[in-house]
Amino acid sequence: MTASRGSVHLPRWERIVRAAPVRIAVVLIVAVWSLPTVGLFVSSLRPSANIRASGWWEAVLHPFESAQWTVANYAGVLGADGMGEAFLNSIIVTIPATAIPITMAAFAAYAFAWMRFPGRGILFALVVGLLVVPIQMALIPVLRLYTQLDLNGTFVGTWLAHAGFGLPLAIFLLFNFISQIPRDLIESAHIDGASHYQVFTRLVLPLAIPALASFAIFQFLWVWNDLLVALVYLGTDSEVATMPARLNELVGSKGEAWHVLTAGAFLTMIVPLVVFLALQRYFVRGILTGSVKA
Amino acid sequence: MTTTTTTRQRTSEPRGVVVARRVGAPLAGLAGLLAIGWAIGFLVEPDGPARLLAGIYGFVGLEGEAQAIRERGIPSLTSKLVLGVVALTVGVGAVWAVFIGANAAVERLGARWRAQVLPWVFIGPALLLLGAFLVFPMASTIGTSLSEGEGAAGNFGFVFSDASMLIALRNNVLWLLLATGGSVALGLVIAMLVDRVKREALAKTFIFLPMAISMVGAAVIWRFVYAWAPAGQPQIGGANAIWTAFGNDPVAWLQVPTLNTFALILIMVWLQTGFAMVILSAAIKGLPSEVIEAARIDGARESQVFFRIVVPMIRGSIITVATTIAIVVLKVFDIVFVTTGGRFESDVVANRMFTEFFRFRNFGHAAALAVVLFIAVVPIMVINVRNLRRQGIGS
Repeated sequence: MTASRGSVHLPRWERIVRAAPVRIAVVLIVAVWSLPTVGLFVSSLRPSANIRASGWWEAVLHPFESAQWTVANYAGVLGADGMGEAFLNSIIVTIPATAIPITMAAFAAYAFAWMRFPGRGILFALVVGLLVVPIQMALIPVLRLYTQLDLNGTFVGTWLAHAGFGLPLAIFLLFNFISQIPRDLIESAHIDGASHYQVFTRLVLPLAIPALASFAIFQFLWVWNDLLVALVYLGTDSEVATMPARLNELVGSKGEAWHVLTAGAFLTMIVPLVVFLALQRYFVRGILTGSVKA
Repeated sequence: MTTTTTTRQRTSEPRGVVVARRVGAPLAGLAGLLAIGWAIGFLVEPDGPARLLAGIYGFVGLEGEAQAIRERGIPSLTSKLVLGVVALTVGVGAVWAVFIGANAAVERLGARWRAQVLPWVFIGPALLLLGAFLVFPMASTIGTSLSEGEGAAGNFGFVFSDASMLIALRNNVLWLLLATGGSVALGLVIAMLVDRVKREALAKTFIFLPMAISMVGAAVIWRFVYAWAPAGQPQIGGANAIWTAFGNDPVAWLQVPTLNTFALILIMVWLQTGFAMVILSAAIKGLPSEVIEAARIDGARESQVFFRIVVPMIRGSIITVATTIAIVVLKVFDIVFVTTGGRFESDVVANRMFTEFFRFRNFGHAAALAVVLFIAVVPIMVINVRNLRRQGIGS
């Protein structure tokens, strides 16, 4: 279905002319899609007075007036506005909140796929069914539970909440992958005397790395970008607030201070953008195999 | 093959290693459990990191430094780093250690017992968490919506008759139709277009990139696009710059009722189109090219090829994409919360649920709103799962 296929015998210039409308359309779409983010990034590098005086495109049109560029916005946002501490908090929240559900889900998915036990079918159906439950259904009871256990505003509480909410999708995705491993492979390992634990750690886990990676990226992006769980169970104290929670606070307190908001927003985006661009392949594979996050 | 050789080697391991493994694994499990217990206590304490550092300094003999920390505390950055290290070791390491220990304990049992107990060791932790964070809360929230606040009739009556709620419900319908429809239609068109250009992967990355951004970040990006200044002043927001260039008066996009909902829906379309494009593009590439070539040779126009052949053949993928996006859209919260906070008649159910729950502490109303959201999601999810079954995924 490439443009050239139907037109191999045409002269070169005519092929170019025929392909032009589609190319122009694609370039335009890409431009429209990118401009909002580009505008944010350009503005984050302009002094506050300039941002208020003219649109960001003016800076792009006169890129060599060096006085109009600054990194002071970032210094201010990282320090005084607390984004630096929020960055650390986000890392502390995100990594265990990604690792815990993956570990638990991998064990569970293996059991559902390769072990026989009573209630297996019903329990698996229940897990898949839980994909439907919106996070809103859990907010109130878990908050009450945490009040009793004194877990509100703690990292532990937040990891467990993220782990619990992420488990149905994790088990579902990993089961789809692990159950597809050829039966012969598993059985021959058992015949050689390997226990379930050995089969799991030495055979299944290495084979499941692509699926583990896809879910890891999902969960990482989900937790890093989350606002709701962070607001409810961690709160907005600078000691614990994650980057999205902090950014939301800044929108509330400095809604028109665009030099703060643009730099702050761009900072929250850096880590997910790097993770995403570096591991895009796994991410795309993940959404192609099971795109059903509730 | 590699696994079979390693397992054979293990049976002929020296006795010392076998003993070490037998003793070591349960110890690791016990240590893991203790570590989790200790760490929860540690992480809940605000001055935990300072006490830990003081303890470590004291242990290695630096009594002076330890004393200084006990008296003056430590800088917040150091405290955070200590916390981070403990968090990672425990969150990642200890969870594994518990599995190792439990498994080792079970392997001591006789073969018959082992086969019966081991599955529960494997799924136990996951079931425990699912029970605590999804199953029990679900039942509890339904109970709250029926019995607390103004009782079942009052809570659900509020949801379906309060004037501001009716606006929120109407907005959710608008979101559901326009954000879902817009993302799927645009994703499909872009998937068809990029299929015909050379740098397809690069173009796709640009469209897909917003998927990585948080909704809070996207909300700030678009708040800037929609920024408004009185007529005559420089318009720094892209939308008003273009709008006023045609001689119109600037518009406060986020404050004019109903127009603001459309402006917010556009943010969601911007975020979700890339997702639709990736799945639909893969589906289009999976189509047998002979069918399409044959139609073209028979004289079908491109629009006919698109609507009569491509769309029906990728119907399954379109349903998957539409239902997945619809579920995200139904639960939209962050975008509204950060941009308008639900004011100017732009509220939606999930944002209202948060307001009732967190600001007003009206748990009866909040629970009823959550239940309504849940009931709205279920049929969409059923369509999604059935459709996946038909395609042979997840069965």
